[in-house]
Amino acid sequence: MKNVLTIDSAIVDAIVAHARRDHPDEACGVVAGPIGSDLPTRLIPMDNAARSMTFYEFDSMEQLRVWREMDDNDEEPVVIYHSHTATEAYPSRTDISFAGEPGAHYLLVSTRESDSEEIRSFRIVDGVVTEEEINIVDATVDA
Amino acid sequence: MAIEVRVPTILRSYTGGAKTVEGAGDSLSALIDDLDAKHNGLKGRLITPEGGLHRFVNIYVNDEDVRFLGALDAKLSDGDSITILPAVAGGALGFAAAAALLGRPSRRPAAAVPAQG
Repeated sequence: MKNVLTIDSAIVDAIVAHARRDHPDEACGVVAGPIGSDLPTRLIPMDNAARSMTFYEFDSMEQLRVWREMDDNDEEPVVIYHSHTATEAYPSRTDISFAGEPGAHYLLVSTRESDSEEIRSFRIVDGVVTEEEINIVDATVDA
Repeated sequence: MAIEVRVPTILRSYTGGAKTVEGAGDSLSALIDDLDAKHNGLKGRLITPEGGLHRFVNIYVNDEDVRFLGALDAKLSDGDSITILPAVAGGALGFAAAAALLGRPSRRPAAAVPAQG
């Protein structure tokens, strides 16, 4: 398992925009990618069914639909992201307890500062949090 | 009777890596007992020590969340298809408060369901 998340800058920008849009509520979503590629390619902003400043929860029916769609496309959830709106971008105990996709990168965005974002990425496996580097690439240059 | 169960990555350590397993039972509760007999330990990941559905997983019967079908009492028939997904949730809130919030369904069903959901 690589200890780096490589992600396109356009996707990061869209995640930050989603987090800003929903602030002060927490925003959440998925970035799907081809199975085994470890490359997040398709951004899927999800509803925060909890509509809370301190909690997020995928709507179970929306999640089923999206997970089926990924299955059909031979994709998997490469990134699962959410925002913290008043605290740092580090997994809370709640985040760790719920982390149910051992293959995913858990991306956290903090929107507590209005003029800058803190963006960090983690692996969360069996309750163990490992921070990893984020390698933001610009597809318009790289491709 | 055979009921197909789709197992998420995080629980495949219990199924020898299998993505899909088969089980039997006329209710979700009976099905989970049957699955646990073949895949020891799986039940503990789906049901709490208090006997309720675990909040860390979503279980669907033919595309409907079982929390809206009577949870563990949901009736099953031959040919039903069960999907288990990890619940995706979290946030800055403390765990106890989050757990309390998750004790109830986030979407209200049209019909009344047992309080156990």
